[in-house]
Amino acid sequence: MGRRVSLFVTCMVDQLFPQVGMAMADVLERAGYQVDFPENQTCCGQPAFNSGYRAEARTVARHFLDTFESSEAIVVPSGSCTAMVVHHFAELFHKEPGTLARVHSLEKRVWEFCTFLTEVAGVDDVGARFDRVVTFHDGCHGLRELGVKDAPRRLLARVRGLELREMVPAEECCGFGGTFAVKFAELSGAMARTKIEAIERTGAQTVVSADPSCLMQIQGALTRAGSHIGTLHLAEVLASR
Amino acid sequence: MSRDYILHKVRTALGRGAGQAVADPPPVRIRIPQVSIDDRIASLLERVRALAGQAVVADDPRAFIANIVAGKSAVASNAPFLADCGITGLPGVRSGITGREELRDLCATVDAGITCADYALADTGTLVLLASPHEARMISLLPPAHIAVVPRARILTGLDELFSLLPNPAEATSSMVLITGPSRTADIEQILVRGVHGPGSLTVLVV
Amino acid sequence: MSTEFAQKSHDALVDPKLQLAIYTSTARLKQNRIDAVSPAALPDYQELRAQANAIKKHTIDNLDHYLEELESNVAAHGGKVVYCKDGTEVSDFILNLAKERGAHLIVKSKSMTTEEVDLNERLEHHGLESVETDLGEYILQLAHERPYHIVAPALHMTRYQVADLFERELHAPREIVIEKQTALARSVLREKFLAADIGISGANFLVADSGAVVIVENEGNARLTTSAPKIHIAVAGIEKVIPRAQDLATFLKLLARSATGQLLSVYTSFLSGPRREGEIDGPEEFYVVLLDNGRTRLLPDKGKRQSLFCIRCGACLNTCPVYRKIGGHSFPWVYSGPIGAILTPQFMGTQHEPALPFASSLCGACGEVCPVKIDIPKVLLDLRSEVKKSDAREGRNRLEKLGFRLFAWLMTHPPLFEMAGRIARSMGWPTSRKGPLGAWLSERDLPPLPAHSFREMWRRR
Repeated sequence: MGRRVSLFVTCMVDQLFPQVGMAMADVLERAGYQVDFPENQTCCGQPAFNSGYRAEARTVARHFLDTFESSEAIVVPSGSCTAMVVHHFAELFHKEPGTLARVHSLEKRVWEFCTFLTEVAGVDDVGARFDRVVTFHDGCHGLRELGVKDAPRRLLARVRGLELREMVPAEECCGFGGTFAVKFAELSGAMARTKIEAIERTGAQTVVSADPSCLMQIQGALTRAGSHIGTLHLAEVLASR
Repeated sequence: MSRDYILHKVRTALGRGAGQAVADPPPVRIRIPQVSIDDRIASLLERVRALAGQAVVADDPRAFIANIVAGKSAVASNAPFLADCGITGLPGVRSGITGREELRDLCATVDAGITCADYALADTGTLVLLASPHEARMISLLPPAHIAVVPRARILTGLDELFSLLPNPAEATSSMVLITGPSRTADIEQILVRGVHGPGSLTVLVV
Repeated sequence: MSTEFAQKSHDALVDPKLQLAIYTSTARLKQNRIDAVSPAALPDYQELRAQANAIKKHTIDNLDHYLEELESNVAAHGGKVVYCKDGTEVSDFILNLAKERGAHLIVKSKSMTTEEVDLNERLEHHGLESVETDLGEYILQLAHERPYHIVAPALHMTRYQVADLFERELHAPREIVIEKQTALARSVLREKFLAADIGISGANFLVADSGAVVIVENEGNARLTTSAPKIHIAVAGIEKVIPRAQDLATFLKLLARSATGQLLSVYTSFLSGPRREGEIDGPEEFYVVLLDNGRTRLLPDKGKRQSLFCIRCGACLNTCPVYRKIGGHSFPWVYSGPIGAILTPQFMGTQHEPALPFASSLCGACGEVCPVKIDIPKVLLDLRSEVKKSDAREGRNRLEKLGFRLFAWLMTHPPLFEMAGRIARSMGWPTSRKGPLGAWLSERDLPPLPAHSFREMWRRR
């Protein structure tokens, strides 16, 4: 693979957390990659797919396929969006053999951010410094659909000044779940509060995650609870000097 | 007739015809580890004890049991092994009963039931009892205490070995029961209570 | 969602005692399972899961064959298989048999399948006494409640509630010590076991090559139910079949560990036919009632057929962050938790409770712990798609459909997507709790809107 990657920042990062995209670009460049941003990108279609609207999801997925047709490698700062592309696009196009072939080609080129760094770029140490006590929240899709567990921890272990404390219990859902968060708001809120209780028990000052949607849920719950604990995307931590 | 109706529905749903052949199922998965008899005995004892059962290697099973049942009443099964060990002759121990009602009434009143075990499973601390003219079901079930005498040669490594030796238990018996520890429940507030319906006390004697 | 589901979940969420009960009980079961299937405790765990899944898949794909083999072997050992389409046929069969035999008292061991068809109610309506003998189920029967959890039916009740119940229903002096409550139930139920004419059990597995019924339990009530009375009737769904006794070496290693973290349940009974010649005790008559009750409706769809692999361990309940908050009684049918969320719409139709497939964050924890590897999240997603297709056909939720059409349109027109974002940033978040973002704001704050989108920042680099 050449040293060129395309960013798929995700619709959420593009519109709500642009600093995450900038940080990711920064880290990738530091790792020696030339980074481009295909301007036509928008969304992976997950909101429609998860809400049961497959035709609409297919429309958006087609657009994604077109946008990234010629990208060698696509890096994504979100486990759930990556999982949508590499696991669910094929389901959407199982009746279209032609498109399905393009999907299978695409699946090989799309990478969740931590996994890209540790497995493709082959780096654990990106020269970062972050003097804080942090805890890491495993986003469910990244964890269970993509096996993202060790990669972020290997990366965090090399961040100078950073102390990582694991949550107990670990690996529990923050309650975002896409439209679930608003359709089942009370339940989603209850799940978020259980999550922040676990976070508070670690004594960490910052929650780090590789999924922006989880961060939005967790930060929203922390702020509502009057907590001073902050949230950061892993890319932002890795971009810190 | 519901039988035909249901089978027809099943076949239609699966796209199968009546009497259609079936591909082989996945091969049976049986993995029997190599474990010495001494290690098997040690494991069995440890596992039974971990479940709040009593477990010992008894050089003199008769004496050991005499001690337990002293001043108490017990029913012993008709397993020849128990007679050979002299257990059925102990005071307070009744044996040789073949009548269903009589046995049940007795089991409902005695303090302990004494049985043999056809096998034991070392890795889980399990007794395997097959119902037969020698072993009735009620003896290990109704009395509040169950004492099982296990010949050491019958201690298997685990389920895999059991089903390897007995691929078709139904051919031998109407009832094979695997007993792993004393009866228990945690149905109220998840608090563990032993001896709910089955025996709350389990003693395993390896001989 | 139906107001009933919304109301029941809400009631559960705002009850701190219930929240504590559900959370701590499931936490214990969850951790016990983790310990029991850890690589140190069960190195073969993933292989066993794969094997269990493969066996179930093969069996369900060829279900008719294995049902016939089961039937033939049950008969060969002196028993009889009775196929029943639904609960009415089950109760008709039992009522007829009871009448013929002059039977009045029935003891029952735990069976979710009989809960499906409200068997006790049907039998009692016709004058039979049918007593649940599993302690948790007995308590629920006295309380006229449904099970709260597949494996721990009275998970939601306290000892004080049990004390009140026993005092009222058993006319016994009030007792709050759990051991004594258990002892009381034991003595009441023992009389029933020994006097009962018929014992009705469920079955965890039906073994085709043996004509056998396998029952897994901890108390001993299933053993008594199936050994003391002269008649034993095992009621099980048609999907409970497995091909060979030897397959139990796989399934038994997974079931108890997944359910409670035990290596094996206290009693595992392998029963085939009435007692044999020479055997001293055991039933004289043995029946296996094979129940459809809608299972055949789950067979045609290859993707969702896996819902029938379930061995009722309850692991998915214990790990599900949703179940652990809303509890078993929020679910509309007898099966709760993730398995309930996929079975209920398939048995009862998606309109029975259209919210059910959506009441999940799709975290995937359920699929990860399922011993037979049912891909529950995938089935949930398929059901969501079905619900929306049905909505489109019937003209329901048009506004939402329009919303997603708009979403797709925006996302395929990047300049419009960009413009929409710019407009939103300039207007700021609608912060009213009654506004469009009210649902989000009811529980948490919104992030501050950035000054520029990523693409704007990127252009300026």
